[in-house]
Amino acid sequence: MTLALDHTAIVRSIRGRLALRRRSITLGLALALALTFALALYLGDYPVAPGDVLRSLFSPLTGEVNKGVDFIVLNVRVPRAVLAVLTGISFALSGIIFQTLLRNPLASPDIIGISHGASASAVFCIIVFGMSGLWVSFGAFAGAILTALAIYGLAWRNGVTAYRVVLIGIGMAAIMSAVMSYLFTRARLFEVQQALAWLIGSLNAANAADIYPLALALLVLIPLTIALVRTLDAMQLGDDTATALGARVEFSRLGLILAAVGYAAFATAAVGPVSFVAFVAGPIARRLLNGAGNGFLQAALVGALVMLGSDMVAQHALPSIQLPVGVVTGVFGALFLLWLLTASNRAGRVN
Amino acid sequence: MSANHQLIAAGMDLGYGDRQVVADFNLTIPPGKLTVIVGANACGKSTVLRGMARLLAPTRGAVYLDGKPIHTMPTREVATVLGVLPQSPIAPDAIVVADLVGRGRYPHQGWFRRWTPEDDAAVAEALRATDTLELADRPVDELSGGQRQRVWIAMALAQQTDLLLLDEPTTFLDINHQVEVLDLLTDLVRNNGRTIVVVLHDLNLACRYADHIVAMKAGRLVAEGRPSDVMTEAIVADVFGMASRVVIDPISDTPMIVPIGRHHIGAGALA
Repeated sequence: MTLALDHTAIVRSIRGRLALRRRSITLGLALALALTFALALYLGDYPVAPGDVLRSLFSPLTGEVNKGVDFIVLNVRVPRAVLAVLTGISFALSGIIFQTLLRNPLASPDIIGISHGASASAVFCIIVFGMSGLWVSFGAFAGAILTALAIYGLAWRNGVTAYRVVLIGIGMAAIMSAVMSYLFTRARLFEVQQALAWLIGSLNAANAADIYPLALALLVLIPLTIALVRTLDAMQLGDDTATALGARVEFSRLGLILAAVGYAAFATAAVGPVSFVAFVAGPIARRLLNGAGNGFLQAALVGALVMLGSDMVAQHALPSIQLPVGVVTGVFGALFLLWLLTASNRAGRVN
Repeated sequence: MSANHQLIAAGMDLGYGDRQVVADFNLTIPPGKLTVIVGANACGKSTVLRGMARLLAPTRGAVYLDGKPIHTMPTREVATVLGVLPQSPIAPDAIVVADLVGRGRYPHQGWFRRWTPEDDAAVAEALRATDTLELADRPVDELSGGQRQRVWIAMALAQQTDLLLLDEPTTFLDINHQVEVLDLLTDLVRNNGRTIVVVLHDLNLACRYADHIVAMKAGRLVAEGRPSDVMTEAIVADVFGMASRVVIDPISDTPMIVPIGRHHIGAGALA
């Protein structure tokens, strides 16, 4: 009996150690995010002292008003930082859900064609219909959903296998790129410029109106994800094992795919197809955890951090020029991809 | 844990798409026994196991768990009674043994019932039974094939089900680990009164360890019963299309099949 208790104590201590690691990393990421967020409110062309930033943040409560500073802080920097955090979370969760479901680190929405579908649709809206602003976002959203449906439909053969989704997704990405290229050859220079700016993805024109649709979507999608993530723990062991453990595999997979497409669609609609955030967040979070958890919460924090950090680099790296955030995440993500391909020497890790 | 649940396949047809693999299959799993399914490659033995484990729905007929059709039961309810170890389960990257074995507790948890001391105890017991306690904090990626297989069996054991179905749990294992795994399964049957069904490749190990053996050919059941009653030279010839001599295993007194090929036939064999 004491022996059995000893054994239980061993299991408990191992689980405790994993939980401690998980919590420390979550706390570390949260602190880093809080610091970066504070820095994002402080840095800018127009100097605002830290005390004034704080006063401005609390001005709706205290009633102390300083119009110029309040405008800079509340109408420019806060919406921009909040949008960066929310889109970072969305891209990251979309990426890690796809990567986990399809058991492939390459299977993020910016690689299996969903972002391409959104982009092609947005470019179509800009060039053919001459749309701009919110309508382009709506077009991108519809494009993401339709592309995801097409991939799912084409990959379906008595159920969906990861392998087919990845292959068909990559094919879909190529088709969508071709559609964009064709549209560009038919467009006027001004439209091409506008479309390209959208395609790189940017927070430069962020305002509160971009935040609401995404925030509302997250209010629905995050609880849905939390409800289904437990099933994903079983599904990671393979479909048969998951069913054997009593998981409702097809039902959960459909729900998770809907959530992942939703994240990608709403985030892309808000800021454009900012490349590689979805792709890097999950693998970075899992590498930090090193087996101490499924990494969803941590990936969301990493995504927010990457997005916010990249945007700060994009804003302040070059004097007098504001780069689109997508340029910075693109460079960062490309380096990460190269590292992933060279560093993962274990067979079957990336295939 | 010896409620002795009842698992019966009745007139079961199984297939993938248009291709029928198993036809009109009837089998009653004897409770509290170790049942082994044998047969040539592609004879449908794994498919039968998947059908009986409700991983594959029959196109005709049904599988009954305690009298209820298993494919219409809530999958979670089945999972508290019947555990399955499929042929190629996947270990997530970097997962630690204790965590992987803990996944076996899935059917005992829910949205509001998270991890409890009971779960710790179940995982500890599964690790102890499979002799993997000292591996508990190692990443699964770093284990040898034999260790990994024992860890997967531990995961199935942590589910604490009365019925356990395993699809070729000894494939890829060295002979010593094969014997270890089969000894472990026999312990579970004899000491804990569990009902276990295994698909095996090795005929002689199957004959030695099976309380009940099921021989299949081309999707049909050819013979079932005690190995000493079933495994005759005629049955082996029918099931595997191979001549053989059946002798008595000097260790276990069970039938031992000695294959006869075209070469290496000594003078003594003609006698």
